[in-house]
Amino acid sequence: MKINFSINNSAKSIEINPSETLYEVLNKCGFSSVKKACGTSSCGICTVLLDGKPIPSCSYLAAKVDQHNITTIEGVQQEAELLGDLMNREGAVQCGFCTPGFLLTIIAMKKELVNPDIQQIKNYLVGNLCRCTGYEGQLRAIRRYMEVGR
Amino acid sequence: MKNDISTPVKREDVSEKLLGTACYIGDLKLEDMMYARTLRSTEPRARLISIKYPEMPLGYFVVDRKDVPGKNIIKMIIDDQPYFAEDIVNYIGEPIALIVGKDKTIINELISKTNIEYEKIKPIFSIDERHETTTPIYGDSNTFAAYRLKKGDISEARAKARYICEDIYETGYQEQFYMETQGVIAEYQEGKATIYGSIQCPYYVKNAVVECLGCAPDMVRIVQATTGGAFGGKEDYPSLLAGQAICAAIKVNKPVCLLLERDEDLEVTTKRHPSRIKIKSFIDENHKILGMDAEIMLDAGAYAGLSGVVLQRAMFAIAGVYNIENIKVKGRAIATNKAVSGAFRGFGSPQAFFAIEMHMQNVAKKLRIDPLQFRLDNILKQGDKSTTGGVFRDKILLHEMVARVMEMSNYAEKKRSFQGSDNQKRRGLGLSMFFHGCGFTGNGERDHIKGKARLIKNEEDIVEILIANVEMGQGAGTTMRKIVSAALDIPISRVMYRNPDTDRVPDSGPTVASRTTVIVGKLVYDAAVELKAKWQQGVQQQAEIEYQYPEGYQWDNESFAGDAYTSYSWGVNVVDVEVDTITYESEIKGVWAVFDIGKSIDDRNVKGQIDGGIVQGLGYGAMEVMENVGGRFKQRTSADYIIPTAMDIPMIQSELMCEPYTEGPFGAKGLGELSLVGSPIAYAMAVEDALGIRINSIPVRPEFLMEVAENDKRNHFKTKR
Ligand code: FES
Ligand code: FES
Repeated sequence: MKINFSINNSAKSIEINPSETLYEVLNKCGFSSVKKACGTSSCGICTVLLDGKPIPSCSYLAAKVDQHNITTIEGVQQEAELLGDLMNREGAVQCGFCTPGFLLTIIAMKKELVNPDIQQIKNYLVGNLCRCTGYEGQLRAIRRYMEVGR
Repeated sequence: MKNDISTPVKREDVSEKLLGTACYIGDLKLEDMMYARTLRSTEPRARLISIKYPEMPLGYFVVDRKDVPGKNIIKMIIDDQPYFAEDIVNYIGEPIALIVGKDKTIINELISKTNIEYEKIKPIFSIDERHETTTPIYGDSNTFAAYRLKKGDISEARAKARYICEDIYETGYQEQFYMETQGVIAEYQEGKATIYGSIQCPYYVKNAVVECLGCAPDMVRIVQATTGGAFGGKEDYPSLLAGQAICAAIKVNKPVCLLLERDEDLEVTTKRHPSRIKIKSFIDENHKILGMDAEIMLDAGAYAGLSGVVLQRAMFAIAGVYNIENIKVKGRAIATNKAVSGAFRGFGSPQAFFAIEMHMQNVAKKLRIDPLQFRLDNILKQGDKSTTGGVFRDKILLHEMVARVMEMSNYAEKKRSFQGSDNQKRRGLGLSMFFHGCGFTGNGERDHIKGKARLIKNEEDIVEILIANVEMGQGAGTTMRKIVSAALDIPISRVMYRNPDTDRVPDSGPTVASRTTVIVGKLVYDAAVELKAKWQQGVQQQAEIEYQYPEGYQWDNESFAGDAYTSYSWGVNVVDVEVDTITYESEIKGVWAVFDIGKSIDDRNVKGQIDGGIVQGLGYGAMEVMENVGGRFKQRTSADYIIPTAMDIPMIQSELMCEPYTEGPFGAKGLGELSLVGSPIAYAMAVEDALGIRINSIPVRPEFLMEVAENDKRNHFKTKR
């Protein structure tokens, strides 16, 4: 089947197999920033934004993104650089495997939540696992990031 | 003024990780690459009678033991584990063959259509099973390693003792759960084998592949891909994958990619050894510990792997931070029909420290004396001897560290206010003290590894560090660049580090045992000093240094006598916990930590290691449950094996208090593993404190607490007349 969607604000029309996941399709299209780990929506590694909201692309049928907007880290370079710099300063980038998914989730959170407290932030991040950093660095970086532009 | 080396710099690997352009093994696509999936045993122990494969479509192949050109045995300490099962399988998930082809769905179908006929053999699942009743998996006694350690005179200690206290402790499995699963890509061209992989130890993989192929060493090249976490899990297991993949690449004459799926990785790769530790201590009327008699049993799984060395580290750590002059330790690594237990951050020491720390606490309670005071009164100091009779040469800062961590956590005040509460929610505090011996245990560095590091400088005076140690998230690349830049007094931008390629780098040893900074960092430092002495601008130059065992230390591997390690890092952790006395759920309110790591090479990387290690340790102590029933793991999907999320983590406050190590680069010692050891213990103690019960196993689970709270207080304590 054919789907039409926009990826990082550029329109795309591609032929897919109805059983294919969004992750598989993105991978085929060369978006290698999107990684996969569990394949069962339990780690957040494969996160992309669907109309601005984080979803696990490994368990999302590509057919469902027809007529929607998908954002990967390539599509939010400016924001990612700003947040990435804060993450780096807090030592929150270690093996880096979780990093693109984390950045996208945080960027979406900033748009979605107004003045979240620490508990709300943690709640938002609960689906994104990181085994290296203990989340401490990320949380420090997020607190700074939420201040930016206020 | 010159910057202190501890001042953070930007890591060289951060930009590409933020942009998502870093090339992990799954991102590497070679031309004409084929995929492989593993056909695995579904029986814990059986003889393979027959394997009936469906007809292979064109371009699909079976690769098994008959396709191994050299030895079908993974080169490790004991030669017992095959790449592909011969006629016996010893655990559920043991690889029998690879199916290789272009399309993963077709491969999966072919695997599901394969019929294996087994003849079952009575399996061994528990370290308690008496192997006399069944056939041993390994050797006559079913143990991969059985060691004894003796110091002083235990019978004299026993005779003089006023009190004797005996306890048994148990620890469970822990899965490394690196976010990126294991994987390799192998290609074979004109007689040369190249393996790309997510690995910790390029030369381990190389040596294994050389034997697997039976070829000359220069015909094998190993290249590390950006590695998405490892924590010990990618120490020995990648050798197995690499051997299998290269056999496949030779057979199909195309590059072969072998990546594990998450659940597969969880089920079949190595995990932390479950342990049972019995400690009996002999104490005099002044509450001094005269002696200790201990027995350590590790559940090693189906093959030997690294169990012998894990066991040694556990045995040598069994006295904890206490000065005990008379010691007897018996250790065994027992074979069971389960996935192979292996390396995981701490390598035997988290099990041992958990046992001794909980035991000390318990002894004091039995004696009705203040536990912390009792522990501090028996603590090691400079000049005391280790369990193996080596001398602690450097100043030990434990008293100062304890004082500081108590101040940071407001310990005394909290302790008072938590006492005597009969609220539904009870608070408790725990404090752990621990060390980690840096570098390989015993004669490893001196006789087995003999690491070499090389620096080369090009005509533009750019210096490249050539070592086999990998960046796997911990910051090794930056650490090494900082050491070289400071030693040569050149800007860090002029120092390069790339992922190792065994065709370019000498064997500086594996990236394990908290040795990278203290041992390899020192080699790199010494090479920089040599290069500086002969530095000629605009000229290509190089310097190479080989490891020298430091003077004045000694070790005898037969009797386990002498300096098991040449340096020790130290730590003290406090955990504050709140436990609900109805649900027995607990919430960690805060963690405070002080570490002595000699010198921080980069404060930011150090903090990253500390935070990450503490949280992994809390996972180990509080929530990561992995049980094996009948040879099968109950938690074998990532949805079942629960690791800490952002929701579970408390505020962590850490500081350094450092005693520089003269043999380390700029005084630095090891850190990576140390950071995990203390938090599970402090957590378990805090829960004990909150509920007024005894805990003798981790992970501490609500169901377990409920049970303990009900039938509490078994008394192992005997007072001699
Ligand atoms: S890979 Fe998609 S949630 Fe884990
Ligand atoms: S940085 Fe390694 S998993 Fe997050």
